[in-house]
Amino acid sequence: MKQTIIKLDNVHKDYKMGDSIVQAVEGIDLEIKKGDFIVIIGPSGSGKSTMMNMVGALDLATKGDIFLDGQNIEHLEESKLAQIRGRKIGFVFQTFNLIPTLTALENITLPMIFQGVDRDERIKRAEKILENVRLSHRKNHLPNELSGGERQRVAIGRALANDPEVILADEPTGNLDTKTGAEIMKLFKDLNKKGKTIILVTHDINLLNHAQKILKIQDGRIVKHGK
Amino acid sequence: MKDYFFLAFNNLKRRKLRSWLTMVGIFIGIAAVVALISLGQGLQNAIEEQFEQLGSDKIIIQPRGMMAPGSATGSLKLTSKDLKVIEGVRGVEYASGYLIKQGQAKYKGEAGIGFATGLTEIDFERMMEMAGLEVIDGRGLKDEDKFKVVVGYDHIYGDTWEKSLQIGSTIEIENHDFKVIGVVSKIGNPIDDNLLYVSKDILKEILDVEDEESQILVKTAAGFDPVKVAETIERKLRNLRGEKEGQETFSVQTSEQLLESFSNIFGIVQAVLVGIAAISLLVGGIGIMNTMYTSVLERTKEIGTMKAVGAKNSDILFIFLFESGLLGLVGGAIGIGIGIGLGKGAEYIASTALGTDLLQAAFPWYLIGGPYYFLF
Repeated sequence: MKQTIIKLDNVHKDYKMGDSIVQAVEGIDLEIKKGDFIVIIGPSGSGKSTMMNMVGALDLATKGDIFLDGQNIEHLEESKLAQIRGRKIGFVFQTFNLIPTLTALENITLPMIFQGVDRDERIKRAEKILENVRLSHRKNHLPNELSGGERQRVAIGRALANDPEVILADEPTGNLDTKTGAEIMKLFKDLNKKGKTIILVTHDINLLNHAQKILKIQDGRIVKHGK
Repeated sequence: MKDYFFLAFNNLKRRKLRSWLTMVGIFIGIAAVVALISLGQGLQNAIEEQFEQLGSDKIIIQPRGMMAPGSATGSLKLTSKDLKVIEGVRGVEYASGYLIKQGQAKYKGEAGIGFATGLTEIDFERMMEMAGLEVIDGRGLKDEDKFKVVVGYDHIYGDTWEKSLQIGSTIEIENHDFKVIGVVSKIGNPIDDNLLYVSKDILKEILDVEDEESQILVKTAAGFDPVKVAETIERKLRNLRGEKEGQETFSVQTSEQLLESFSNIFGIVQAVLVGIAAISLLVGGIGIMNTMYTSVLERTKEIGTMKAVGAKNSDILFIFLFESGLLGLVGGAIGIGIGIGLGKGAEYIASTALGTDLLQAAFPWYLIGGPYYFLF
């Protein structure tokens, strides 16, 4: 029996938009096991990104509880949350979100800085990661000197920096052409084989066949579980 | 810590032009403050130094410049009668009366305006002693000297004249020829270094002045309090001249009182100057705030990313603090440099009072701290 790594318990999220309240997520119950590869699909505005942000401890739920590795993250203070984000979760974004002033190598070391890893160890680990994402030859290049696929590989490298349990990817192939997108997906599959839990949000149905489990979200609710 | 510093430095480097402009704002402010404070302090030191040379046991009696309505001009002047009375006051070791007049001087066809002081042999010697001066070439003024002049330092070694005077040259003062017999050591301010010392009687004669003393300088005898002696002198002069208390046409001040009134005026001037400079510093600080504010705004996404990869709010705060601190620190350092340069430059141009830089080191560190406070 695989261990549960993420559990959502009747999670709600409301936003205030002017005078009206928008219910982005309306009661989601979900259990994700260690080593799962889950793809979440749904039209834009369906609440899938909101849910991802809450799972990634970037945002707190209005109601309900989220457990990460057995720990309820809804009642933690900001600095604890930051630590959890840094250690247990790796984020990959659609627009890469690399720091433009830092080289590929430095971008990968960034999460380690915030965990207090010392400099030599940081560089050693970052070089190893760059090797894994096959970018060793570009390590001293700035993000704007890299192609889209290379940038996303750096971003994945950064997500791996602190060896997290879970990788959250929000439309990671959305800004890439089909071929590069396929390369990135292969990278995610390899990581999943090595035991990483991967949660991927997309509306590209071509990615669905990579998934072990597919969740469809609509109007803030899970409308379909399945393969 | 070192890593935050690195990140902050990187961010500033990316926006080179903006960082520079912000720093320019800061260093103009700091340069202004440093230059004004150092010059002001230097000037004050110079004044105090001169008073120190004079000593604290002196009393200066001068006619008041302000005229009370209805009073005759004649009674405004100090005369030899006043001098006599002062000499009779207990506690006065001696009293010297000087006549100081402005007049036309001419040398080798070049015309100039000179301040001539008329004094007797004994007063000349006392003046040298009190001001810590000496005759460095030629000889001092003697009572029997008629159309002879001892000149201030700049007449021979300075640039008072295009062709400098020599001992033995002849200079024309108010259309009378005077022979230069000696030169006095450097005092350090242009008015005193341009003085012409001549016999009192001759000066009265050529300027057609009757009985007059421009200034009376008193040395208090040892063991007497100058303030008490000054009070006695004031009372006696008041009686002699038939004036009411509070409406005197003369002033009696000990050298310390004089220094104090100088310092008071000077303190106000300095406060105003520093106030103006402080405004420019404030503007510079607001410049930093503005730069940091826009960079926070344009980097909200980057801040989000940093938080996503595990940065605490305090980590991000530190990075931004380092950025503004670096701007303040570098801008401040350049500002101090320019300020010292300005101070020195002004000192050189004025070449009068020495601008000492002693106070600078302490002040700017405090000023650099300012930008840090401004931001958060």
